[in-house]
Amino acid sequence: MADILNAKIPEGTLDSKWTSHKESLGCVSPGNREKMHIIVVGTGLAGASAAAALGEQGYRVNVFCMGDSPRRAHSVSAQGGINAAKNYRNDNDSVYRLFLDTIKGGDFRSREANVYRLAQVSNQIIDHCVALGVPFARDYGGYLDNRSFGGSLVSRTFYARGQTGQQLMLAACSALNRQMAKGTVTVHCRQQMMDLVVEKRRAKGIITRDMVSGKIDVFPAHAVVLATGGYGNVYFLSTNAMNSNGSALVQCWKKGAFFANPGFVQIHPTCIPVHGEHQSKLTLMSESLRNDGRIWVPQKREDALALREKKIRPSEIPEHERDYYLERRYPAYGNLVPRDIASRAARERCEAGLGVSKTGWAVFLDFSFAIARQGKKVIEDKYGNLFQMYEKITGENPWKEPMQIYPAMHYTMGGLWVDYNLMTTIDGLFAIGEANFSDHGANRLGASALMQGLADGFFILPYTLPGFLADKTGEPCPDPSADAFLRARSEVCRRIERLMSMKGRIPVDHFHRKLGVLMWNHAGIVRSAEGLKETIPQIDALETSFRQGAGIPGNSFTVNQELEKAIHLEDYFILAKLIVTDALYREESCGSHFRTESKTEEGEALRDDKHFQHVAAWQYNSQEKDHLLHKEQLVFENIPVTERKYK
Amino acid sequence: MHFVLKIWRQAGPRTKGYFQRFEINDITEDTSFLEMLDILNNNLVKQGIETVAFDHDCREGICGACGLFINGRPHGPDEGITTCQLYMRRFPDGSEITVEPWRSKAFPVIRDLMVDRRALDKILQAGGFISVNTGTAPEANTLPISMEKVQESMDASACIGCGACVATCKNGSAMLFVASRVSALSILPQGKPEACRRARAMVARMDGLGFGSCTNIGSCQMECPKNITVAHIARLNREFLYCKR
Ligand SMILES: Cc1cc2nc3c(=O)[nH]c(=O)nc-3n(C[C@H](O)[C@H](O)[C@H](O)COP(=O)(O)OP(=O)(O)OC[C@H]3O[C@@H](n4cnc5c(N)ncnc54)[C@H](O)[C@@H]3O)c2cc1C
Ligand code: FES
Repeated sequence: MADILNAKIPEGTLDSKWTSHKESLGCVSPGNREKMHIIVVGTGLAGASAAAALGEQGYRVNVFCMGDSPRRAHSVSAQGGINAAKNYRNDNDSVYRLFLDTIKGGDFRSREANVYRLAQVSNQIIDHCVALGVPFARDYGGYLDNRSFGGSLVSRTFYARGQTGQQLMLAACSALNRQMAKGTVTVHCRQQMMDLVVEKRRAKGIITRDMVSGKIDVFPAHAVVLATGGYGNVYFLSTNAMNSNGSALVQCWKKGAFFANPGFVQIHPTCIPVHGEHQSKLTLMSESLRNDGRIWVPQKREDALALREKKIRPSEIPEHERDYYLERRYPAYGNLVPRDIASRAARERCEAGLGVSKTGWAVFLDFSFAIARQGKKVIEDKYGNLFQMYEKITGENPWKEPMQIYPAMHYTMGGLWVDYNLMTTIDGLFAIGEANFSDHGANRLGASALMQGLADGFFILPYTLPGFLADKTGEPCPDPSADAFLRARSEVCRRIERLMSMKGRIPVDHFHRKLGVLMWNHAGIVRSAEGLKETIPQIDALETSFRQGAGIPGNSFTVNQELEKAIHLEDYFILAKLIVTDALYREESCGSHFRTESKTEEGEALRDDKHFQHVAAWQYNSQEKDHLLHKEQLVFENIPVTERKYK
Repeated sequence: MHFVLKIWRQAGPRTKGYFQRFEINDITEDTSFLEMLDILNNNLVKQGIETVAFDHDCREGICGACGLFINGRPHGPDEGITTCQLYMRRFPDGSEITVEPWRSKAFPVIRDLMVDRRALDKILQAGGFISVNTGTAPEANTLPISMEKVQESMDASACIGCGACVATCKNGSAMLFVASRVSALSILPQGKPEACRRARAMVARMDGLGFGSCTNIGSCQMECPKNITVAHIARLNREFLYCKR
């Protein structure tokens, strides 16, 4: 087994691994680069930065995105910020401390070498983004400002108002646009990847569907980079964009790429609570709000009830009758505990009958103290657009009464298994950004996803991918009329015909919504063996009723958004079962993964390092069940493996 | 709540479009405009009728994908928001709502309410960037930039590229879009070296792509969901004039 899952972690001390590895990697001569074709799927921060950086080196890059413009990719909606170990606050931050926080935040379920490298390149990301013109917040002296995020005791988060993702996205896309003008990069808009073409365990190209004409096309390449983001939308309601989906991951998994830790999904504590049954998505209120907002519920159930019925206002509850439960339970970190802890605590308080919204599933996020101490102007400068957004959605004024928040599905730590070079178990298929599993273990810290996406795209892949291509410069680009391409293409055509021939009249959303409820209840904040076991047959039954009852009006040779939804839903069924399988297998609680059978006396998560200090990488079995499990043992040589404590 | 919807239907770029009338019931106040369209589409599926195509992605007002002409105004009746941030509580119960795609020469209709806005990206490709290769940047704090400058750059950079400014402009000009990018970069010291080239190249590309020219009417500023002001157009004009010298 060990030989299948070779992470290829370089020898040497932790801080020398990346440098010595880069020295050992081969290069492609400038003259040969334009003969090498690379496909990048997805134009989030990871995809856009990778395509731009590879284009700068002179490779021929074809980029695919589902939107009408690469700039609209899901990364655009990140609000809070991006981490780096600059130590600009002189508060004793360092590469080592960022590494430590990330490993600890991930509850010792990520790879030391990868995480250390991430921390090492973090500073370069900020340098490059500033050079590209990102208007990061600055203080009066004109130097860059920082804020704090959960799971850390230092201030290391760089931000551009509440629109950090958008500003980084504009920067990465401007680098992409520059390469498009030069002709090294071609962006194909409104094109969805439908399958990966694999021959002799090597990625050869992709099959795409034009979302306007319905045309199924083939694109060959020397290497394929998957940057299609996470699969949070399995849960139907999530903070992810509507076009975010897990289909490309499923296609690659089916073709032989291992899927690592699928059950590690992150539920974000500060989102606007669910209000109605027709809701299409959930809106995140940035974690940065926890810097200045205090989370509380009433101590008495009567008060919670009165709040729900709008008989009293939150501000009428006196100080001593409020429970600032995070500050009470976790005095060292208070409101800034990591996300999984904050989410579980909110759920626990609401289960205890102390929830404050009309549904009973919400807690308060209160700014009155911060406003009193710092003044309205300061708070407005920091969070103005978030307050405005909250008011637009809920119709309530957060300047007057505290916000109501509740956890929601947000991010997926699991993803395709990759080695130190970010290559999957299929040769020539790389996975970067949220699509891979590598850096966040069982829980991701705030402001670290943007960092990872740009680290992978700007500073890691542009070294490791050429390293892979170095001995292949003599290879011609694969022939798109080869058998493997024709087969994959006709499979895709058949799949679409099959979906279009469903004869029911029930909308796809109906089934997706049901799947989401199932997953939220059984594979959400809290999981139990019993609940998980029940879920798989329920998913199967739902899938059967989908095939019998769903219908897609129109045809597939034009824009057909119902067809797009059906394609994704088919893959969500597969992913949902994989998530449940993995969650059931992991009989421990760690990070975001909380099994009711594995907790301390105080109700905190209880890890089982003896049995589960490994990555669970699943190999697809075409029988759609009994997928084969491979384990990558995690070794911690530079950090003592301790209980994660935020008390 | 109950509404009468008049929605633009068009099968493809070269086919003739028409308004189709729908009635929709049982909409709650906290339903967003796009969720209302989701409900309509789900009702259509139940009747075996082709759904209404429209662009959307983030549904948080930041990706710029959504953009509908609602009762004659881009992004509907509210100020400072995108279509996805519009809620049904904003409309009187029982009212009639007209929904159209962006209408502009540079944005051909793809289907129903979906238009092709790739022309905006083509303008950016002409020069909407700072030419710096990955890995060559100096340490970020070697270049202090005043808070005011950064704020100003950020104001311009808030543009989400939705195209409302073009859709509302009687000339079909993309001047506010171009100005926001030019301004955001040229205010910053990093963006100065290319400022002239950038302004010229982007305006030339805009003209070449079939967008109209700016006659200082200012409706773009009125309808911009990110409140980007025409002051940036003034700055663009200044950059443009400087380079002519
Ligand atoms: C509301 C919100 C706020 C966040 N805030 C922060 C923050 O403050 N800091 C932080 O660090 N992280 C934050 N995150 C997380 C972070 O934004 C994401 O993890 C990160 O942007 C992922 O980047 P990516 O490049 O891997 O993928 P994405 O940005 O998700 O891009 C992938 C793209 O690929 C496209 N795609 C998918 N499948 C296909 C296919 N088959 N064919 C073609 N294209 C496809 C998708 O449409 C998508 O646009 C936030 C996330 C959310 C949801
Ligand atoms: S859907 Fe993204 S701005 Fe409206």
